[in-house]
Amino acid sequence: MKYLHLIWAALFRRKTRTVFTLLSVLAAFLLFGMLDAVRSAFDAGSSAAGVNRLVVSSRVSIIQALPQSLLPRIQTMSGVKDVAYANWFGGYYQDKKNQQLMFQIAINPSYLDVYPEFVLAPEQRKAFESTRTGAIVGEAAAKALGIKIGDKIPITGAIFSNKSNNETTWTFDVVGIFHASEAKMRGLENQLLFRWDYFDEGRAFGAGTIGWYVVRVSSPDQSEKVAAAIDALSANSDHETKTQTEEAFNLAFVKQLGDIGLIVGAIMAAVFFTLILLTGNTMAQAVRERIPELAVLKTIGFSNQSILGLVLAEAVLLIVLGGVIGLGLAQLLLPAINAAGGGRINFPSIGLSTWGTGIGLMLFIGLVVGVLPALRGMRLSIVDALAGR
Amino acid sequence: MNFLINFATVICIAIGVYVLALLSWYVLLALVVLLALWMALTRRGKQTWSVTKVGIATIPQRLGSASVIVVGIAGVVGVLVALLAMGEGFKQTLSQTGDNVTAIVMRGGATAELSSGVSRDDAVLIAQLPGIMKDAQSKPITSAELVVVANVPKKSSGTDANVELRGVGAQAFALRPNVKISAGRSFKPGLRELIVGKGALAQFAGLQPGASMNLNNQQWDIVGIFESGDSHESELWGDVETISAAYRRGGYQSVTVRLTSPDSLDQMKAAIVSDPRLKVEAKTTSDYYSAQSEGLTKVITIIGIVIGTIMAIGAVFGALNTMYAAVAMRAREIATLRAIGFRGVPVVVSVLLETMLLALAGGMLGGLIAWIIFNNYTVSTLGSNFSQVVFAFKVTPALLWTGLKWALAIGFVGGLFPALRAARVPVTTALREM
Repeated sequence: MKYLHLIWAALFRRKTRTVFTLLSVLAAFLLFGMLDAVRSAFDAGSSAAGVNRLVVSSRVSIIQALPQSLLPRIQTMSGVKDVAYANWFGGYYQDKKNQQLMFQIAINPSYLDVYPEFVLAPEQRKAFESTRTGAIVGEAAAKALGIKIGDKIPITGAIFSNKSNNETTWTFDVVGIFHASEAKMRGLENQLLFRWDYFDEGRAFGAGTIGWYVVRVSSPDQSEKVAAAIDALSANSDHETKTQTEEAFNLAFVKQLGDIGLIVGAIMAAVFFTLILLTGNTMAQAVRERIPELAVLKTIGFSNQSILGLVLAEAVLLIVLGGVIGLGLAQLLLPAINAAGGGRINFPSIGLSTWGTGIGLMLFIGLVVGVLPALRGMRLSIVDALAGR
Repeated sequence: MNFLINFATVICIAIGVYVLALLSWYVLLALVVLLALWMALTRRGKQTWSVTKVGIATIPQRLGSASVIVVGIAGVVGVLVALLAMGEGFKQTLSQTGDNVTAIVMRGGATAELSSGVSRDDAVLIAQLPGIMKDAQSKPITSAELVVVANVPKKSSGTDANVELRGVGAQAFALRPNVKISAGRSFKPGLRELIVGKGALAQFAGLQPGASMNLNNQQWDIVGIFESGDSHESELWGDVETISAAYRRGGYQSVTVRLTSPDSLDQMKAAIVSDPRLKVEAKTTSDYYSAQSEGLTKVITIIGIVIGTIMAIGAVFGALNTMYAAVAMRAREIATLRAIGFRGVPVVVSVLLETMLLALAGGMLGGLIAWIIFNNYTVSTLGSNFSQVVFAFKVTPALLWTGLKWALAIGFVGGLFPALRAARVPVTTALREM
């Protein structure tokens, strides 16, 4: 630590060069911060999901419905704490383009108990339970589409037409706005949840069938046993089920989108490869210029190891300085982008794991780019260096 | 004064980059020819050429720092071109699907086939609409189709993916003449047989001819492979009646019809509106499939440009560093040139030219790498039918040209400041330095 001043002075010996290099490092880590946030957003669905929840869907495909008759049989199974069920509605509000902003799902009453992630004020919950046409909307979706409590909103059911008016329009009374219990799960807020009874009695076809069940088990270590027992209920029937943990279910879904981790990894590999070359070149130049100075340091008694340490520390300081500013900038920028997007974009904030990986990378890159110049400085022969040979 | 000059430089850069962004290749070529003529014919030009030659000749001496520009820009261009090629490939796959003489009829309000529903009665009515071409037996050429999804594991990840299973009518092949059986045979109506698209075969496990798959406890045999060169290659096809029995479906999801001519769609639409029994919408298949690629293509393009811009900013600083160092190394030499009568313009142009040549090399390297690794690299993602669309990256000449323009823009920005510095440092200072 006592050499910090010396290292700092060496680093800013050529201000322009150091500042330009710092800005390159900054750009690289800004990109790293943002991409890693996106990657973790895709992973969040799987890691944040409750470990004690199982999703029961049709074995043939997710779009196949399941019979309601499974409900009492699952409910009475040992190890099962609670069962909820839901159905995909797949409509849109006002414009087809809004489909991605607010998904609609019909849910039974216990759904909100099984998912404590949805935070809803108690009086709004009560209103939802007492209004047949009631619906609750996620905060992000409400913001993006300008929906308020008390609104009557028409939703065009792209899949289900409504028996009562023989049209595809369903009208809901917004009785509550929910938000996600944690900021990183804000993706959950792009939903409208509405009542099962209204849905089931209104739909023109498929009444009495269920999209998927969500089963809460009393303890996570029973998940496997319960899952096997549920699948056994319908084995060899024409509606075989596939029961998996919510984590596995979500992960499979993300994997269907594509290998986000691979894409992010490939981009970052290109970025860091370039960065190593760039900063390595800067460090090599810096040491080359300072050879006489390093020789003087050796002359006044600095050991070979301390010269090695000084140059390595300079390289690490350069990268860490730029990297921390870059990651910090990403941390500030992401909420700003979210705010500008008005609920349409939901970048999660940069978590501890991203900071951890980032700082690890900074130290690693710092050492890699510093090692060759540092060895060169260490091996200097004082006489040759002072003579300028 | 200094501030004004810097401000003017920034404006100049903004204009330069903007012009470069709009440039088409023949304009650039014309500029290059003009530059060459100027260098060959005028006195100033000849001076520029000789200064540039010296600059280029010294590149091997500072290979390390020159490679910072080349590799830095190659990285930017490579990533940018690869990402845009992903969007382009997806767009091409879907826009090649369908044409303007076949129309798809779905329920009003449906956003994709999967969310549509057409009852059997409606399908009969639709087949009788005007504007539909008749075959030799004077039967209308239509195919009422069912689109469902089957869980099939993806080869790359081993996890289940939604594969589109399309039940087609007898005239489906007449409607889509580009669909050819490339191996095995077609399915037989009434039997539990499927044919697999070439793309689906490559991406998902267990779909090779001879294999069988389990749908609702029934064995389905895969009997052939088909090729179509469009998004249908991501699908499995079978007989619509057999599939709808397996999935317990009462109706269809869409009816595809062959129009007598592209104009007869309006005639058909008018007939639909005037029939109160029909609550359906008709559009040409090319409109339907092109619209499906819009969202994702836009997202990928935006992501590509944002990532490319951040990387480009990093690369600009790398280039600035390198060129400032190069100019500093040659400071005395440049000052000498100016002392013996060389003017500012040749010095500025030569430094700029050198940077842009290095940038061009970087851009070509990046484009080449993107092309070698990613051209025709096949992946699949979830399309609007809630099922996998298989597509290949397309590194097109237009994208490579975009990449080169980015490279030149980075070179321009990274070279201009050092070039101006070289020309503006007072000769006496530069000669005394070092």
